[in-house]
This record gives sequence, structure tokens and C-alpha cells, in this order.
Amino acid sequence: MPLDEKPDATKRAFDVVGTRPLRPDGIDKVTGRAMFGADAFASGMLTGRVLRSPHAHARIRSIDTSKAEALAGVKAIVTAADFEDRDDDLRDVLVNCMARDKALYDGHAVAAVAATTPAVAKQALKLIEVDYEVLPHVIDVEDAMTDDAPILHDNIARDGKPSNIASTCEFGHGDPDKGFAEAEVVVERTFRTEATHQGYIEPHACLASVGPDGHGELWCCTQGNFMVRNTCAQLLGMDFSKLRVTASEIGGGFGGKTTVFLEPVALALSRKANRPVKMTMSREEVFRASGPTASSAIRVKVGLARDGRITAAEAELKYQGGAFPGSPVEMGAMAAFSCYDLENVKTFGYDVVANRPKQAAYRAPGAPMAAFAVESVIEELAEAIGMDPIDLRLKNAAKEGTKSSYGPTYKRIGLVETLEAAKAHPHYSAPLGPNQGRGVACGFWFNFGGETCVSLNVGKDGTVGLSLGTPDIGGSRASMCQIAAEELGIDYDQVYAIVADTAALGFNDVTEGSRVTFSSGLATIEAAREAIKKLCQRAAIMWDIPAEAVIWEDGHARPSGSNAGDFEPLSLKEIAAHSAETGGPIAGHHEINAAGAGPSFATHIVDAEVDPETGACWVTRYTVVQDAGKAIHPSYVEGQFQGGAVQGIGWALNEEYIYGDDGTLQNAGFLDYRIPVASDLPMIDTVIVEVPNPGHPYGVRGVGETSIVPPMAAIANAVSAAAGVRMTSLPMSPPRLLQAIDNSRKQAAE
Amino acid sequence: MSQIHVSTTINGDAVEYLCDAEESLLDVLRDRLRLTGSKEGCGTGDCGACSVMLDGRLVCSCLVLGAEADGRTVDTVEGMAKGDDLHPLQRKFLEHAALQCGICTPGFLVAAKDLLERNPDPSEEEVRYWLAGNLCRCTGYDKIVRAVLDTAAETKGA
Repeated sequence: MPLDEKPDATKRAFDVVGTRPLRPDGIDKVTGRAMFGADAFASGMLTGRVLRSPHAHARIRSIDTSKAEALAGVKAIVTAADFEDRDDDLRDVLVNCMARDKALYDGHAVAAVAATTPAVAKQALKLIEVDYEVLPHVIDVEDAMTDDAPILHDNIARDGKPSNIASTCEFGHGDPDKGFAEAEVVVERTFRTEATHQGYIEPHACLASVGPDGHGELWCCTQGNFMVRNTCAQLLGMDFSKLRVTASEIGGGFGGKTTVFLEPVALALSRKANRPVKMTMSREEVFRASGPTASSAIRVKVGLARDGRITAAEAELKYQGGAFPGSPVEMGAMAAFSCYDLENVKTFGYDVVANRPKQAAYRAPGAPMAAFAVESVIEELAEAIGMDPIDLRLKNAAKEGTKSSYGPTYKRIGLVETLEAAKAHPHYSAPLGPNQGRGVACGFWFNFGGETCVSLNVGKDGTVGLSLGTPDIGGSRASMCQIAAEELGIDYDQVYAIVADTAALGFNDVTEGSRVTFSSGLATIEAAREAIKKLCQRAAIMWDIPAEAVIWEDGHARPSGSNAGDFEPLSLKEIAAHSAETGGPIAGHHEINAAGAGPSFATHIVDAEVDPETGACWVTRYTVVQDAGKAIHPSYVEGQFQGGAVQGIGWALNEEYIYGDDGTLQNAGFLDYRIPVASDLPMIDTVIVEVPNPGHPYGVRGVGETSIVPPMAAIANAVSAAAGVRMTSLPMSPPRLLQAIDNSRKQAAE
Repeated sequence: MSQIHVSTTINGDAVEYLCDAEESLLDVLRDRLRLTGSKEGCGTGDCGACSVMLDGRLVCSCLVLGAEADGRTVDTVEGMAKGDDLHPLQRKFLEHAALQCGICTPGFLVAAKDLLERNPDPSEEEVRYWLAGNLCRCTGYDKIVRAVLDTAAETKGA
């Protein structure tokens, strides 16, 4: 096959892609050898600790560090004064890492210390005297939007007055008013969701070392070491080229490790102390001071014609994203009605600040809350007209050529296929027991491409090393090895992949947006094809024939055309062994700003059982049906489906940030912020649908995020059916569910 | 404050160390002995990432003092494989793709090994309840539970 010809993914037969080989980092991870963020050590290393605000909102009148500095073993202390203020788009990141003038939430960093031992560091924190003027605070999103709410930032204004509404956004097309006038049934409801945390098991950790010459090294757990490099270098006034950032193994991220928290502070402490500094967050710090997602209040109105066609849809979304602008409301407003083919649709979003930690991306940021609201209303409409909820969705489903509610027209997408597969799945027609209900919901994620750079080096022994710039959170190195092996026509075991440091590779965007298998995969394919060209050239030199007369087939260079059959085919290993005589090392390299990431759609089916006496609730059966485009490593695709569904179960049933009247977080630990455990759950059944993405030679679509979009709605629909009352607030924890059941009984009795 | 001298056995080897009175066994393992396979996810006994065996009993090493290991035996994830030979659970975790990020994996392996030694043929429910003290945020537990059940089935068949 000529190298420039893109194969038709629907017809292509794969050798390695689609199989389930063991991951290259697997043995390290089951034996304890793998090095995560907190596992690094350096000679002369100090321990860094952060002093955090105990107040939700307070002016910092002064910070006196003199007593702490005098403590034996304290080697450096930094405050905001150690970081140059700035007025660009990194200012919020800087101020979030170290409070300047005001503490904006409980847990906001105000100072940091580096000391010879953890005990000394802890003692030093107690000796730092911060004079706070406590200010009124606001926690709730709708409270923060009122005219008399405490104002967080003087420079945010709306209609000329200080405001906590940082911005608004609007999407849609057609005329909703006209559409609602045509509707036979209209359902309008308001929904609320609480903030939840990504809940990665590995707390943030880093080891920084800055020498007297201004050259720095940083080891950290991050979803993007290039992002960390660029951000930290700017915040500290360093050259990008003089700061080398190595991504450790990462113990979960889910979007929460796409920014910096400790890293600039550790570098500043190291620079001041002239010693390496290691910092780790405690779990309490992770909850109080790293990004949860937004809480939300969402109003949805949808109108339906008698035949089940949606005539109009609108939503108003209010998201509070913590103490700084940047809640994911825009993506929520874009994603809300993305599953439907609509003539008249409008969404309006408010980005609101409140005295909570700055939100960080959390898996499909903004979309799960919007889907919870919209898919709950769709289910209620199906009930209202007595139509099967999957049939109603099929009737209105977005497909190729649909103008999406957020603007673009869809290319080939797989929503209909997931709905049809869900309807045909035995789960959908299985009988339900007493106090059980079944719910269905759809979900969407845009998926992302972005800046990506990959190097592929052919060793003289015939093995291939792959250098990637996208930290591997869920097995992506295995997928990249499969792709390289597929292209080169060699065995999977001949390829080994690593995540390279920032000095070794060009810039790579963060591992986010479900982009890695798509983008790093694309770059790997192109890097492999470049290496194949070189391998063919080298074979031509060895045979002394023109390079154009060599083709690559089944992992071998073969003479073609008039030379066909003149020479025995040469394997990659044979060509590599002679590389010194034919021109030196053989490598392929590719840089790309990848476009064409096709959206992924899913349909989830959930059975829930409710105990009407206690409000306790269990998910008894769960099926995820999602379009993966092409599953490179099906086990890790299933894993993404299952993991997203279970995070959604936690968000739906238990997880929430609980604040006291004083604005401090009341449940900053895994005991009181309860994520699902094994005994809470059934097996999570999965169906991988493969509708190829036309923007990728294998048809790959990102899969990591779509899986958390439908669960809350699907579970709410199941619980509502089981409890006989429509649930509109998350989490549906036992007290909330019991209250709703009691209220509905009281209403029925009246 | 003077440090405490501890003589103990870790993964079959005699080990001596000095530690502070308030220092956890997890901190000793990680920071003094550089056995960083045991992870700190919470420091409060809620996540199980630091699970080790202390005299044959499954414990969160973040809730045990380093001084308490004196005269006792400690087994960590680093001791599970015998040379190149992975423990069957380690192999099954890989085959079933029962880890994504892998930070919780050492704790799950130590806890699951203890389960299978006590109960070689557990039901799915017994696996789920035994592992309820180990948090995983990536997998939804499905493949972890399958890996443990498959290990039990294979061991039984062998």
C-alpha cells in the first residue's frame, strides 16, 4: 500500500490493533517498582509544606514569617511576595497557587515553607503569623448571583456594578418560542447538582530542584509536563529551555491534574533554599485546595409534538466554578442538547465565582450536569406521551448532517447505533424486581486533538522505542505500541513506549479532552510511516536500487516493479543492523496540531433499587453502550466505560462538597466524602460500538469522557421510576431521597 | 527527642531502622527504607493504598506506628513476586487490565492475596466486601473483581 493512501477504516483488517496485549508499564505497576509523584528522592532534599487559609474569604493584612524563619531546620519560606504579580491570563493560576491580598476560599495557600524534616516544616507553619480580616463569603451558585452577594473580585463587573457573574454565553439556532407554541407537551424543570471531586487516589506531589545557575528540574504527577514547564517557567521568570519537567507515573487525574498547584511553589522554595524540595498534598489538602468540578443550577424546557418530535428546547445553566472565572458552563451549554436534531434550540450559561477552590477540569467538564437535566426531561416527556424512551430518543437523535445545537454540522457519528444496540441488549427487556426502576440516558463529548509530537527510534537490535509527550493515565502506552507495531508490521513486543521529559520532545498539549489515543495515535502512525520511508531507502542502498523501487509489506522491505523478486525481503531488524553503513540511525518523527477528533456518543441503561423506608439506593445492573470509533485496546476502552460510569454513580448517589455556615469544607476526607467502593456496585457491562471517525485513518474516537456524561441522568431516571417521584437534585443520597419519598406521600395523602 | 531502634523482618529480610515515636509504618517503609510500592492515598485508613501484612494480618500501614513493627514481620507488595515469577494475582491483574493508573494496585494485590489465603474460593460478593476498604477511582472495580475471581478459579483448577 502506498504510504500516502489513507485506508478505509471500515474495511481494513488489523493485526495488532483491536487485540489485548499486556501493557508495557504493567509489571512495574503490579510489583511496586513504578515511580509515582511522591516516590522520588534527591540528595539533600527538603520537605515543603503549605500554610492554608482557615477562612472562606478574608483580606490578608500582613504575614509575619520571622519566627518561622528563626526555627532551626527551616531553609526557605515563600509568600505571594516571592512571585512577581502579572496581568496576563496566568494571573489567576498564580493567585490560586499563592493568595495575594485576599484568601478566597477555605484552604487557599497563603505561605509555604521548606525545612529539613516534615516535623520541622509542620512546626514552622504554626509559627507563621497571618493577620486576616474576615470578610463575608458566598458558597451557593444562585446566592452568588444576587445583587447583595459578597463580591470576590473588584475587577469583575456586570452592567457597571461589581458582580460574581464572570461571563455569560449563548448557543443555539431557530426560534424556540415558535417551537414551544407548536408543542403538544412541554416539560420545564429546574435541577441542581453539587460540586464533586475527581477523587484520584494519588495526591498531588512533586520534587523540584533549581540550581544557582537558574537551571531547574521538576518531577511531578501531572497530565501535562509541557503545560507544567511552560506555566512554571513563566510564573518564575525562567527560560522554558532551562526547566526540564519529567512526568512521573500518574495515579489518576480525570482532569484534576491539568493545572499547577504545588509545582511553582516547590520551584520557588528550591530556588530560595538552593536545595531540592519535595512537596506532597495530604488528602485533606486535595479536597480543600485542588479542583473539584462546578456545582450547578439548571433550568430545562423541552416541547414535544404529538408524534414525539421535539419542537423546541432551551436551557439556562448557572455554574459556580470556585473563586476564579472559568467554570465549564460554556461546554455545558454546548453539550446540553448535542444528542438531538433540533430546529429550535437555545442555551444560555452563567459563569459564576464563589468562595470555593478554583474548579479544575473533571472528565467531560460541564457536560454531565447538563445531560442530567436534559435527559431527565426527555425521560419525563417519553412518559407523558407513553412512548418508549429509546424510541423517543431515536426519533430525535442527531446523525450525520445534523446541525448541532452548538454550531457545527456533524460528520459521521454513532449515537443512533448506540441507541439501537441498547434497545437490543438483554438488559433493556429484563424483568425488574420490587422497588426497582430502569433508566436510560444518552451522552456526548466533543473530543479533542491538539498539539502533539512523537518520536520513534529504531534500535540496531530491531526493537522500536516510542517517545510520547502525553502522560499515560489509563494504558495509552499499550495502545501506542499497538499502533506502531501495526504500521511497521512487527510484533507488539518489539515496541516499547515511554513518556518523555520536556527536554526530549517538542511541545505536547495536556492529556485531556480524550485526545491521547486519537492525537498521539495519529502522530505515532505518521512517525512510523516516516520511519518506513527511511527503512525503504536504506534497503534500496543495501540492494543498490532506486528507493522508489522498494515497498514496505508485512514488516519487510521488498523490491518492487522491475526489481521484484530480485532480492530477499529485508526485515526491520536486518535493515536496522546495517544502519551504520547506510546513513546512521533510523528514526521517525511527527509533529501535528491534530484536528478531526470525532465526537463520541453513548447510551447507558441502569437498574436501581430503592428502600422506601430509609431512602437507601443501589445500582443493581448497569450497561454502557458507547461508540469508540475503533477500539485500539478493547480492555482499556471497556475500562474507560466502566470507570466513567462508576464515577457517575458516585456523583449521582453520594458525592458532594458540604460546607458549614462559616464557609469551610466539612467533609475533606475519603471517610465523609464517600466515593463508590467495590461492595456498592454490580459488574458494569459494556458494549463497544465502532462507527469509524472519518478524521482518523483507523477511525479512532476518544472514549475517556463520554462515559461520565449519561450516568447521573440514567440513574436519576431509574431511581425516579423506582421511588415513584422525580428526583431533580444530586446527589440522591438517602436523606434527600427519603425526604422526596415522604413529600410525595404527603402530597398524595392531601 | 531520641529515636526508637526497631528490629523487624520485611519481605523475609531482617531489617533494622531508627524512627521517630510518632512516625507511621508507611512513612518508615517509604521514606526511610525506600520501599515506595506502598502508597499514601489518604493517611487516615480510608483508601487502602498502603495495605501491608503485619504478622499475617492485613493493615493500613498509615495507621500503624513504625515502632510497632519491632520483632514482627511485615510483608509488602515488593515481596509478592518471587524473582521473575509473578504471583498469580499480579499476572491476572495484568491479563484482565485490572489497573488503569495503577496507584491503588499494590494495596489491592496485598488485600486480595490475604483474601485468597483465607478463602481460596470466594464468591463475587465476598470479593467485593473484602476489597471494600480499597479505593479505586479508575476501573469501577469490574476488572479487579474478575481478576481476583479468575485467580481463585485457576488456583483451584491447578
